[in-house]
Amino acid sequence: MSRPGLGGEGASAAVSVLELRGVSKTYGQEPATVHALAGVDLSVRAGELVAVMGPSGSGKSTLLTIAGSLEEPTSGDVLVCGMALAGMPRGRKARLRRRVIGYVFQDFNLLPGLTAVENAALPLELDGVAVPKARAAGLAALEALGVADRAGRFPDQLSGGERQRVAIARAVVGDRRLLLADEPSGALDSVNADEVMRLLHEACARGVAAVVVTHDAQLAAWADRVVFLRDGRVSGQTTRPPGPESLLTPGKIR
Amino acid sequence: MSVPHFLLALLAEGPKYGLQLREEFEAGSGEVWPLNVGQVYKTLGRLERDGLAESDGTGPDGPQKRFRITPRGEEALAAWLRTPPDLTSPPRDELVMKVLVAARVPGTDAHEVIQAHRMYLVELMQQWTRLKEGEARDDLALALVVDAELFRLDAVTRWLDAADTRLKRAAAEPSRPAPVPAPGPVPVPQLRRLGARR
Repeated sequence: MSRPGLGGEGASAAVSVLELRGVSKTYGQEPATVHALAGVDLSVRAGELVAVMGPSGSGKSTLLTIAGSLEEPTSGDVLVCGMALAGMPRGRKARLRRRVIGYVFQDFNLLPGLTAVENAALPLELDGVAVPKARAAGLAALEALGVADRAGRFPDQLSGGERQRVAIARAVVGDRRLLLADEPSGALDSVNADEVMRLLHEACARGVAAVVVTHDAQLAAWADRVVFLRDGRVSGQTTRPPGPESLLTPGKIR
Repeated sequence: MSVPHFLLALLAEGPKYGLQLREEFEAGSGEVWPLNVGQVYKTLGRLERDGLAESDGTGPDGPQKRFRITPRGEEALAAWLRTPPDLTSPPRDELVMKVLVAARVPGTDAHEVIQAHRMYLVELMQQWTRLKEGEARDDLALALVVDAELFRLDAVTRWLDAADTRLKRAAAEPSRPAPVPAPGPVPVPQLRRLGARR
């Protein structure tokens, strides 16, 4: 189920933004092979926020790098916006990475020599968009994340929470459809981490599909759906829970 | 639950009527703990008896009766605020019991049991988190209560994660002998002596 207002919204809801079909990943040579992923199926629609939870070594980061076309699966198919990554020419794949997919990393990965707006506009500039146009889009993304007034500052002049907002702005700048985040709250305290999840959530409300990999249940709880990985396999997933009203109904609690 | 002290805190703001106290209690605790009027008057009766609150008039309980805090009530409130709740002895937790049992009942996949509970907890957390998207944004009391609930549930999921990992490791080295009580003055039994609550 997608969130209210986006449910069944025409073509965008019909096609999964991200689809993994029977994806497996094996590292190393026999007999010392490691099965990082073993037959994972996952489908994420536009507007949907999916969290992938699992312990260290469960394969969750591998899942993310494969979904982001940064790594190839040993077997199985990966489709982004309905396009299969397997056999896609390298140039097209790189373009897809720059235009369609946004990444948010644990340690933000902002370039220290660039200002906030230059960081946010970077994916577009790398994609050949003219600088003024890219900067305008970067500023719009900063605006949406409430840090437009920090546009001219360098990363070391920003607080941790502001840096992460700029990193998210960079991930959604332009017309990105798929947001991939690996422990996106980094070392932020829980109230700031909450804010990061609220922003990802709002990005999804604007139609982006997001996959957040985390071991933190409080972050995962922001998702529409939580997928559990264990030893490279999906060991279960939650459905979108009923509304919180029942929690507040008199007599329901204690 | 510390309803008497919460009511004292409301009375510390000024004299109030019973119905008003009930409303303010619910609003002030994020509307998560419902309180019926009977409970309010019963609690006020006890506060009066103990000299922590007083009412004007001697008539029956009802909307006309107004309550105020006494100096002793103020002292009791201040003392209660600073007294830590009793967390010394571990509660006999039902989920801990289930996992302990799952680990030793033959033919039971403890990981599957753990996963079922983890899924339930995360679903519950998703439900609480939805309050943060809406109601809790403008309601500080509710935001605090929601946080408390999420941290509590989070702690349980983390314990399940740790249990899962421990059981996995233990299964990987099955030939390890059963733990023998360590000789010498190891202060482990200390906890045992405290006994379990409930």
